[in-house]
Amino acid sequence: MIFAVLAPLLVAFFVPLVSRFKSSFHTGIFVFFVPFAIFVYFLQFIGPNFTPLKQTYNWIPSLHINFDLYLDGLSLLFVLLISGIGSLVVLYSIYYLDRSERLGQFYVYLLMFMAAMLGIVLSDNVFVLYTFWELTSISSFLLIGYWHFKERSRYGALKSMLITVFGGLSMLGGFILLSVVADTTSIQAMIAKSDYILSNDYLPLILAFILLGAFTKSAQFPFHIWLPDAMEAPTPVSAYLHSATMVKAGLYLIARFSPIFSSYEWFFIIVSIFGIITLCWGSYMAVRQTDLKAILAFSTISQLGMIMAMLGFGTNIAIFAAVFHILNHATFKGSLFMIAGIIDLQTGTRDIRKLGKLFTLLPITGTLALFGTFSMAGVPIPFLNGFYSKELFFESTLALQNGTLSITSFLTTVIPYLAVIGSIFTFVYSMYLFFGLFGRNKNNEVSLPKQPKEAPIGMLISPSILVIGVIIIGLMPNLFNQNFLAHAAASINPTAGIDAISFWHGLTPAFLMSLIVVVIGTILALTRTKWNTVYDLLPGRFSFNTIYDQSVKSIDTFSSKMTNFYMNGSLRTYMILIITTTFIVSFVYMYYTDGFTIDFSDLAKITTLEIVVVVAIVVAAIGTIFSNHNVAAILILGITGYGVAILFVLYRAPDLALTQLVIETITVTLFLLCFYHFPKLTKRNESKKTVATNLFVSIGFGVLMTMIGISALSSSWFDKISEYFIETSLPIGGGKNIVNVILVDMRGIDTLFEIAVLGLAGLAVFSLIKLRKNKGAK
Amino acid sequence: MEFIICILAGILFATGVYNILQKQLLRIAIGTGLISHAAHLFILTMGKLKRGQPPIILEGITEYTDPLPHALILTSIVISFGVTSVVLVLAYRTVNENNTDNMEQLRGNEYE
Repeated sequence: MIFAVLAPLLVAFFVPLVSRFKSSFHTGIFVFFVPFAIFVYFLQFIGPNFTPLKQTYNWIPSLHINFDLYLDGLSLLFVLLISGIGSLVVLYSIYYLDRSERLGQFYVYLLMFMAAMLGIVLSDNVFVLYTFWELTSISSFLLIGYWHFKERSRYGALKSMLITVFGGLSMLGGFILLSVVADTTSIQAMIAKSDYILSNDYLPLILAFILLGAFTKSAQFPFHIWLPDAMEAPTPVSAYLHSATMVKAGLYLIARFSPIFSSYEWFFIIVSIFGIITLCWGSYMAVRQTDLKAILAFSTISQLGMIMAMLGFGTNIAIFAAVFHILNHATFKGSLFMIAGIIDLQTGTRDIRKLGKLFTLLPITGTLALFGTFSMAGVPIPFLNGFYSKELFFESTLALQNGTLSITSFLTTVIPYLAVIGSIFTFVYSMYLFFGLFGRNKNNEVSLPKQPKEAPIGMLISPSILVIGVIIIGLMPNLFNQNFLAHAAASINPTAGIDAISFWHGLTPAFLMSLIVVVIGTILALTRTKWNTVYDLLPGRFSFNTIYDQSVKSIDTFSSKMTNFYMNGSLRTYMILIITTTFIVSFVYMYYTDGFTIDFSDLAKITTLEIVVVVAIVVAAIGTIFSNHNVAAILILGITGYGVAILFVLYRAPDLALTQLVIETITVTLFLLCFYHFPKLTKRNESKKTVATNLFVSIGFGVLMTMIGISALSSSWFDKISEYFIETSLPIGGGKNIVNVILVDMRGIDTLFEIAVLGLAGLAVFSLIKLRKNKGAK
Repeated sequence: MEFIICILAGILFATGVYNILQKQLLRIAIGTGLISHAAHLFILTMGKLKRGQPPIILEGITEYTDPLPHALILTSIVISFGVTSVVLVLAYRTVNENNTDNMEQLRGNEYE
């Protein structure tokens, strides 16, 4: 199985190579075989006797991060969707994307996304899952921004990235908490410990974090705003990422974790509320759109909301219906997106107001769209799969269990009504979409940018296959039930599933709801222009986009102000900031840990000679500040250096004293050589404030260092390690001068690098002096 | 005596920092020199002062001063020499190219 996950990534390496020959050989043909092979490989698992499969590969065992792959019914459903729709999308893209596009990049991103998505649905380790999760955000970002020369593409890409990564990070927080609480990183092990997790105090926090991740990814209200803007991506991408797979990752996450949380009442409340609101709002807003892909985007949002709500219900029927609808939605929405792409290419516009009467011009496309839209609307016709899952959805809304909280009983009464309202609008936008494109156009003057003609046969293959899927599921809904869907539902809730899916249940309340939807929906669809003004009231001018835009803008201004505040180009400011920070942190830490100690015992004696040297150094050091003459300042600096050398002698460090003397002499010479080229030191006419700040900062730092030194001397926490060097110098190092042995023998590599540093410094000095931009100019 | 050297190191640090906070490049170069002296003394003191003989093994002597700080400082002296020379030459080139040694005028064009 690991090859299935990694194969797209591996193949992605070869794509740039293959794309060199794109003029004679469309890169997509090469790429197509990857998802197709994966699809065929996983097909073998379909069957009534399927049992979950687990494989483990070590990755970072010390952090309990293992590449655990777990294939159960739910994963299998998603894997087949990802690879199946993936194959069709690649096939479609061969005709959609012209060879003049940057095909190499496109397919690399697409394969990256595919691998990430497979990784999400197959990994059992929460952190591995998270890694792949973010990888989908990144590849989605790259794909939305594929036409990066378009302003809207960049905006959409950034928006989706910000929102989904925000959710992803909060999900990571949830995962960390969860893995700490459950003391395992494996999802299956967490499910086994669900009682323990449910009794933990952190449960609300964990739930909130994980749900935030799922809601942002699955474009739930109010985070749905990124999805319409993501439609700037090439249409194959919209069909793949933003309808069939990536946006369903959030649903997958909820489904995957619902065995842990489902008995927690707030899980039901939150997920159902968000789902049902998203359903209503998405379908309501879809009718308002004029861009073909925007209608589909909002319709995707509302369908996602519906599935989310069903996952929240958690009842046997609801879970089964959710799984069923994931499959159905992928078939009809995928085909509709591809049809939208065809119409866009063939007519040159996606504006539904300009389109109409296309049925005679694009008969095949029109037929496919007919099936797609009517299935989406949930029209009760026995060969449309959308109806079955919608009916099950209604049935599940009526069979909600009452809980202990009063809000639960409120929800159980309200949800059926909201479900009907949402579905009515779903019906309306489906009709709006189909008749807007293919029906009679009100404006008789239809002027299209291009004279439309039927799409090439290759482009029609993929949507046709999907529509055939719609019909097959519609005609024989039980074909997939026991073999496939039942396993998926059982991995969410072991008791979920229904015996048989049937078209006609008798005159049940659910069927009545469907009828109400069709009747009211038809009326509303016919009178759409009359009640259109309602959108001026709700949402009116208000939009969550405004909130997003405002917050991004204010973060932008804030951070640039912040950066300009401290990055002002003045060395002095930087030094003051660095030193003050060091001072404050060390001082506060010392103060709180009671770090300052002073112990007068065990000190060396003070001799007059030493005092004289020390005083000389101090005077010289202070003198450097007041000297206003180049040579004087340099010589005074020399005095401190030689003073230090004398101290080395006094403190029995002969090697140091010698080195210091040599180096100090060279340094002073160097200074004197350079000083000739420097402007004269001038008297400073600084304000008192500047002087005071400088004094304060430098004295503070000096005091801090003194305090650290005294404290270090006055406390002995560890034994000295020097004894080791003294003892082993002769036997191991074979030298009597211990310092030399340490340098060239025991810490030989240190010294080697020191020489390297010195060599580099020499090169730098040489090149700074010798090399000029234009030769000859000196 | 150790505490006195600590105070001395503190004073050297303070004067070094004060010099670095100035506008003129030469003073900044001097400041870095002072700070490296301070650091050497600081490290040296950490091994305590005047305990035993110089760290050269001779028959009959058991007490030696701590050799480890010596080794560290020796490395440091050489490195700080490298740093000082690069700083100096860099300053020299800067002055040559820009005709000023005032750091406030060398802030780059962006924030002028």
